[in-house]
Amino acid sequence: MATATDERAFVEFERVQKSYDGETLVVKDLNLSMPKGEFLTMLGPSGSGKTTCLMMLAGFETATHGDIRLDGNPINNIPPHKRGIGMVFQNYALFPHMTVAENLSFPLEVRKMGKSDREAKVKRALDMVQMGAFGGRRPAQLSGGQQQRIALARALVFEPELVLMDEPLGALDKQLRETLQFEITRLAHDLGITVVYVTHDQTEALTMSDRVAVFEAGRIQQLAPPDELYEAPINSFVAQFIGENNTLEGVVTAIEGEACTVKLDSGDIIDAKPVNVSSVGERTKVSIRPERVEFNRERLHADAHTLKAEVLEFIYMGDIFRTRLRVAGTDDFIVKTRNAPDQRRLTPGEQIEIGWLPEDCRALDA
Amino acid sequence: MTDATGPIVAADGRPLKVSLNRALRREKLRAFLLILPLLAFVVISFIAPIFDMLFRSVQDDITSRTLPQTVVALNDWDYTGEALPSEQTYEALYYDMFMAAEAKKHTALGSRLNYETTGISSLFRQTGRALDDVGEDVIEAMEDASAAFDDSAFWAGLFLTEDRSAGNNAASTRAWASTVSNQALRLPADVYLSNAAEAALPNAARQYAAFAMFTHTVDEDVPAEEDPWEAVWMALAQDLTAGALTYDGPETADLLAAQTAVAGPMAGFAFTDAFLEQDEDWGDASVWGTIQTFSSPYTAGYFLTAIDLELTPDGAQAVEDDVAIYVTLFWRTMWMSMTITFSCILLGYPIAWLMANLPDRSANLIMILVLLPFWTSLLVRTSAWKVLLQQQGVINDVLVWVGLVGDGSRLALINNATGTIIAMTHILLPFMILPLYSVMKGIPPSYLRAAKSLGATNWTAFWRVYFPQSVPGIGAGSILVFILSIGYYITPEIVGGTKGVFISNRIAYHISSSLNWGLAAALGTILLVVVLALYWAYDRIVGIDNVKLGG
Repeated sequence: MATATDERAFVEFERVQKSYDGETLVVKDLNLSMPKGEFLTMLGPSGSGKTTCLMMLAGFETATHGDIRLDGNPINNIPPHKRGIGMVFQNYALFPHMTVAENLSFPLEVRKMGKSDREAKVKRALDMVQMGAFGGRRPAQLSGGQQQRIALARALVFEPELVLMDEPLGALDKQLRETLQFEITRLAHDLGITVVYVTHDQTEALTMSDRVAVFEAGRIQQLAPPDELYEAPINSFVAQFIGENNTLEGVVTAIEGEACTVKLDSGDIIDAKPVNVSSVGERTKVSIRPERVEFNRERLHADAHTLKAEVLEFIYMGDIFRTRLRVAGTDDFIVKTRNAPDQRRLTPGEQIEIGWLPEDCRALDA
Repeated sequence: MTDATGPIVAADGRPLKVSLNRALRREKLRAFLLILPLLAFVVISFIAPIFDMLFRSVQDDITSRTLPQTVVALNDWDYTGEALPSEQTYEALYYDMFMAAEAKKHTALGSRLNYETTGISSLFRQTGRALDDVGEDVIEAMEDASAAFDDSAFWAGLFLTEDRSAGNNAASTRAWASTVSNQALRLPADVYLSNAAEAALPNAARQYAAFAMFTHTVDEDVPAEEDPWEAVWMALAQDLTAGALTYDGPETADLLAAQTAVAGPMAGFAFTDAFLEQDEDWGDASVWGTIQTFSSPYTAGYFLTAIDLELTPDGAQAVEDDVAIYVTLFWRTMWMSMTITFSCILLGYPIAWLMANLPDRSANLIMILVLLPFWTSLLVRTSAWKVLLQQQGVINDVLVWVGLVGDGSRLALINNATGTIIAMTHILLPFMILPLYSVMKGIPPSYLRAAKSLGATNWTAFWRVYFPQSVPGIGAGSILVFILSIGYYITPEIVGGTKGVFISNRIAYHISSSLNWGLAAALGTILLVVVLALYWAYDRIVGIDNVKLGG
């Protein structure tokens, strides 16, 4: 993890704590360092502290303890309007009494920019989000997606180096959200701006970000690029929170370097990769992604442990098949298989044997 | 499917519109029944009184009702300031006035005309008392000529008949007498005005018929048992002197005797002289001018008075400065209401902002404090201001104690405009705060955050982003406070003294003290028009759609 002395750091949180009532900490000991041009997403359930972190960065909340630095300078005591940070809000926060062009012109006016410069910049920003024809409209005359494009343009029009986005796509329907996700990442990349993006939608986090910080209970549980987050969660919260996940509980019976065996509560023995366990006898939750479960015996190691399973349900989902199994005493063990020509379709009631590569099964904290 | 060009029909073949109406009729009827009590209440207690007020402000038929014949006779007369009306006019006045005096209606007309020309009230009262004395000599001469005239039955026998074919029901007299006395008069059943008497003695027949109707209907006596009014005697004397007597009946001898007897006294008699003898004001052309000016059943006079003009026989003229009061009062009402509205904005805006932005618990506490005055009697609150603001009151005492004000120069904070403004600002403040609060509550805090994140200072963010969005609240509060204060009555009455009273205090005075309802209605109508005009202007400038009482 980056430290306060990181030379390349553009945004830094150092030992930041935040409490609203003096009794509980909403943000506990936050350390975060972002290089310039990074797209970082804060992901977490409601109340995990991610929005509070964003508000502290924007200057709308003050940190109870710790330093927040922007480009090396502490900004704890700088009021929001002097931080020069662009911000996009979930409810768009377009000023309803101004036209679209006036909304965009506002940050330029308060910076005392001349009229012709303003008009040129507003036009460029509107074109950037393909809303050039809408300058004379009022926000209320626009659809949700159009409003969010305008909000985005307004946050970018004064050319901030850092842009914060607080669940900007939360109120939009799925298709529009996907289009805008793509546009936001494209714009961020083209303009070279640094983005801190807050969301509770993990798909959004995975598809858009350079790195994702998973928040829970006021702490960053894992800060990693999307693929690492998905494939190598470092604790069971992250494993559960990101993507679909099968969890089995048991006790570690042997550890040998990068491999261990776990005796499940049902008595079955499985192979796993020790991640968060260090000693024999420790309780653990093992995590296996549904698409990494294998029921074709030939593809497994010869000496791999397998589990008996009974097919409970087969769901056809178009591109994939989703099969629910009863395994080691749980009824909600999911297996996902690709809809390929040679793929086998399991039928409910069928008895099968399942297994996995040891490195796909991660033994995490209980 | 229906033909695309024809009307859409429902499944049973009826046009869809008809079907829909039928289906909705029950619900519409039920909705209407639900609002019916309120609708009836509003119509009876609000709309009807307003129209009554509008009507009263122009209605002025008291002159034409009380002195109908005089008004007609005055048509031929033009006010020049000098010339008096004709003898016929005085004659008409005599009979009108006599009838009115019997019905006790002449004093009301006197009071009405007294609003316009001072002195007419007492003139009418005195004249009403003295009418019996008009033509004393003539009447005495008739009594001397024949004792029959002192017999009530003689008169009845002369003018009334029970024979339907020989009499009529005196329709024109009945209309005149009923108008003057403002009551439905009629002759007794099966009694008619004799056609023969009416042909020979038209004036006397008319007056006797009026007397008989009044005696029967109002006094509930038998006409044949009552002595006729002096007006009947005078009318008979006029008829007798008009020419040879054509009447042929048992009373002919008495009439002939009277005809001879009255010739002398009547030769020197004129109604003009008789009135001038009673009161020389009847020789003042301006009194007649006033009667003529207000003889129309509708008048602009009340409205002219309400803007410090007066309707004179020469047309509308400004009243003298020392009695001009209404324009001053209207202006004072306007500027003080505006001052009160502005003070309410200044004081209410920060409180509403605080309430909208504090956590719910604290906001509720402030809300209770704002509403607290509503739970206290208006009279108590206003009286409390009297205690606080008077020269020996709490505020002055504190100022003197602190040393800001000398004991000898205590501030006059009450019984003037200052007192009214202070007390009314306090009383109307909740009407400003509540709409402001509800509008501000609907402005998400993210707007201010967005403005600041875009680089605006706190002040710019407030002024450019928050304030414009709170304007509908200011508009709603201002309309409410302004319209309430422009018609406010109790508080100015108690703390306003003479310099701090509103037009509504004057309206109340005219309704309950001077009883000049017409003027009160005209003042009220002007106030209503001013409020409607302001409302219209507000709608044009700000747009009434922008007024929000709730988020």
